[in-house]
Amino acid sequence: MNIPRRRFDCLVIGAGGAGLRTALQLAQGEAHVAVVSKVFPTRSHTVAAQGGINAALGNVLPDDWHWHMYDTVKGSDYLGDQDAIEYMCRAAARVIIELEHYGVPFTRLDSGRIYQRPFGGQSQNFGGDQAARTCPAADRTGHAMLHTLYQQNLRAKTYFFDEFFAIDLLMDDQGYAVGALVLELETGEPLVIEARTILLATGGNGRMYRTTSNALINTGDGMAMALRAGIPLQDMEFYQIHPTGIAGLGALISEGVRGEGGYLINGEGERFMERYAPHAKDLASRDVVSRSIVTEVREGRGCGPKKDYVLLKLDHLGTDIIKKRLPGIRELAMRFAHVDPVERPIPVYPTAHYVMGGIPTDRFGRVVVPVAHGPEEAVPGLYAVGECACVSVHGANRLGGNSLLDLVVFGRAAGNHMLGYLEENRYHRLVPEKAIDKAMTHLTRWDRKGDGESVDDVRETLRKTMEDYCGVFRTQEVLDEGIKRVVELDQRLQHATLRDHSKIFNTARIEALELENLMDVSMATVVSAAARKESRGAHSRLDYPKRDDKNWLKHTLFFQDGNVLDYKPVRMKPLTVDPFPPKERVY
Amino acid sequence: MTIRFSIYRYNPENDRRPYMQSYELQNDCGAVMLLDALLLIKQQDDSLSFRRSCREGVCGSDAVNINGRNGLACITPLKDLKQPVEVRPLPGRPVIRDLVVDLSQFYAQYRAVKPWLINNDPVPEIERLQSPAERDSLDGLYECILCACCSTSCPSFWWNPDRFLGPAALLQAWRFLADSRDQATGERLDDLEDPYRLFRCHTIMNCVEVCPKELNPTRAISQIKEMLVRRSL
Ligand SMILES: Cc1cc2nc3c(=O)[nH]c(=O)nc-3n(C[C@H](O)[C@H](O)[C@H](O)COP(=O)(O)OP(=O)(O)OC[C@H]3O[C@@H](n4cnc5c(N)ncnc54)[C@H](O)[C@@H]3O)c2cc1C
Ligand code: SF4
Ligand code: SF4
Ligand code: FES
Repeated sequence: MNIPRRRFDCLVIGAGGAGLRTALQLAQGEAHVAVVSKVFPTRSHTVAAQGGINAALGNVLPDDWHWHMYDTVKGSDYLGDQDAIEYMCRAAARVIIELEHYGVPFTRLDSGRIYQRPFGGQSQNFGGDQAARTCPAADRTGHAMLHTLYQQNLRAKTYFFDEFFAIDLLMDDQGYAVGALVLELETGEPLVIEARTILLATGGNGRMYRTTSNALINTGDGMAMALRAGIPLQDMEFYQIHPTGIAGLGALISEGVRGEGGYLINGEGERFMERYAPHAKDLASRDVVSRSIVTEVREGRGCGPKKDYVLLKLDHLGTDIIKKRLPGIRELAMRFAHVDPVERPIPVYPTAHYVMGGIPTDRFGRVVVPVAHGPEEAVPGLYAVGECACVSVHGANRLGGNSLLDLVVFGRAAGNHMLGYLEENRYHRLVPEKAIDKAMTHLTRWDRKGDGESVDDVRETLRKTMEDYCGVFRTQEVLDEGIKRVVELDQRLQHATLRDHSKIFNTARIEALELENLMDVSMATVVSAAARKESRGAHSRLDYPKRDDKNWLKHTLFFQDGNVLDYKPVRMKPLTVDPFPPKERVY
Repeated sequence: MTIRFSIYRYNPENDRRPYMQSYELQNDCGAVMLLDALLLIKQQDDSLSFRRSCREGVCGSDAVNINGRNGLACITPLKDLKQPVEVRPLPGRPVIRDLVVDLSQFYAQYRAVKPWLINNDPVPEIERLQSPAERDSLDGLYECILCACCSTSCPSFWWNPDRFLGPAALLQAWRFLADSRDQATGERLDDLEDPYRLFRCHTIMNCVEVCPKELNPTRAISQIKEMLVRRSL
């Protein structure tokens, strides 16, 4: 088959904050860079990020990158790699100032400097008083960042393939990443893009759950592409459930609301977080607050006729603060929960939000895999950054405001490393026909006709299954049943067919390809979760309620071939400072 | 009881011309917003194509024409809509398929206003200072989600899409003119001083009426005009 080809120095798959920050670094470094995105760049999910981005600027309260590092290590429940965390926290101030220079309209203080608000899990002086470390653009930080990064890429003349869907990575026999097979939505035609280096920046997989803060496009495509290329996924059992989604819907109400002084109350009008986290209260870490809400509701202290949610109260902040600092939240609450938070509290319940796990990388963004004997090794030419990657700075639980930071810090670092790689690898390698054939077989599988099951039924069942069998509280029995059900659903998906086989802007075909990806990452999640017999961060086992550092202070690696697991040590040694040894985690 | 829809269909591979297709959903189907309904209809008929992503009004993907008015499907409550709910693609743009239109010209106009901060001073080691009041002047401008509801409802844009920049692009032109950190005012104004690019706006206000983010391109356009006048004095 004769598939058209295009050739660039670098191929960036994904145009969210991670992809665009990397592309900008590459374009500024004089590389010829192409960005592929299944939606127009500013429609990427980064646009939805609300509360802000962390850096110890110290503009409002005293702060230090080292305190930020401590909070991040503790927040990760000691599963984060301390070298990567030190790197990120040290780089934070610099990359945020850079964003400001690019034009991000950050909220300001009277001094003209960037305003900073408190967020969950932040402290001064290694666990002391609450810190204020999160830099916002009102409550539309992701929007402001994503548009600015897109604008800077336009300036730098980055080449965009808008509305092209990446199907699979193309690897050669020596294990180099040499390109990708993509599908143009408008024409329905495949295209091979060859590149000397490739970045995966495809974002998260929140659509794996029924109730989620994530956009409809967050289907874990890049993670599944990595799995199919033989690369394992790391720490997939750690999926963050955010405490405050709009009840019954899942749309997010930012932690910034509690940062500005909002708090949670139960059906008895009690400010219950005081019981669970006497010190940090409503600004305890997300895993802690989510479990507390679920416990309140389970024990019959919910609100509403069915007692199935709690309330987030913020009217006491006053109309001015709400309109000025939380305008987007107010708009969402009025539209989707039919309450004006200026007057009444917002009904909230935990919602699936963020994947801590992902494609294993080092702090240069290089994708790393174990080799048969000895330590791990980089996959030549392949990089990953952002929510699809696992560096790992978030470990078992991510702190609010640290994801946007992860995108820009490691986007920048990966861009720089890719430029170096281009120096050393001056020529394109041959793309093997058999790699293209394999990817094409994957795509053309959906040309199969007949009246198989519909993709929608399988998808909706999968999302419900993951919620019921791999949710906030887990046990062996429930997780084992979950594996069984996902395996069955995977079988059913093999027999599903599309009714629409047209070429032009066929979104049914895209949804089918997305469901395959979602299935692959769901499998990785539930299998990894069933194996981890301890509670740590977001992974909470009723049958193993304690953290077990002796046996489980290690990263999980899931391989698709045979659904097998492997483990690797946590990198406890920072770059320059002393390690933070595991301690009991209280807020 | 059912909710009735009439939806614009066109697939250039099979259809000689566009047509309207009827669909029905049960009253208790659970759909609150129009986007929920479109997603349920797609489960009945997977050949219906439309764009969507965030489903909360922040990404700008699902702008369509709803009972004659442009809006985002995901934040348009079904219960307020007259039935049958008529859903068409955004007007005045080539239709790729069904509700999906070609927005390449809309994006080209956006690029044409150089929508990026230009500041040629040496780079300081901290942020470029901006007072809260200076920052406030960007409110109502930077929030644009590029949904194209405004430009595709603007008569001047329909008649001169290749020469008039349209409300969305002009709003962004003003966003950078209004930014205290930007230093390219002269250059930006030179680019806009043209009988078509800016001056084709006849203040018809369609754009303001449809903007789902309640932004006001008309005001931005008149502010640019004022700035041009002031400059020539
Ligand atoms: C509602 C909400 C609020 C949040 N608020 C905050 C916050 O205040 N602070 C914070 O730090 N974090 C926040 N987060 C988390 C943070 O926004 C995300 O983790 C982050 O934006 C992910 O960025 P990304 O660049 O990795 O991916 P995304 O922005 O999701 O981008 C993924 C890109 O990949 C492309 N893509 C995916 N698959 C394919 C494919 N197969 N082919 C081609 N292209 C593909 C998409 O088109 C898109 O361009 C929030 C998250 C949500 C959901
Ligand atoms: S006010 Fe100007 S830009 Fe807006 S719709 Fe009318 S002519 Fe178009
Ligand atoms: S100004 Fe309003 S209507 Fe126009 S593109 Fe921006 S958000 Fe959409
Ligand atoms: S789906 Fe994003 S604006 Fe409607």
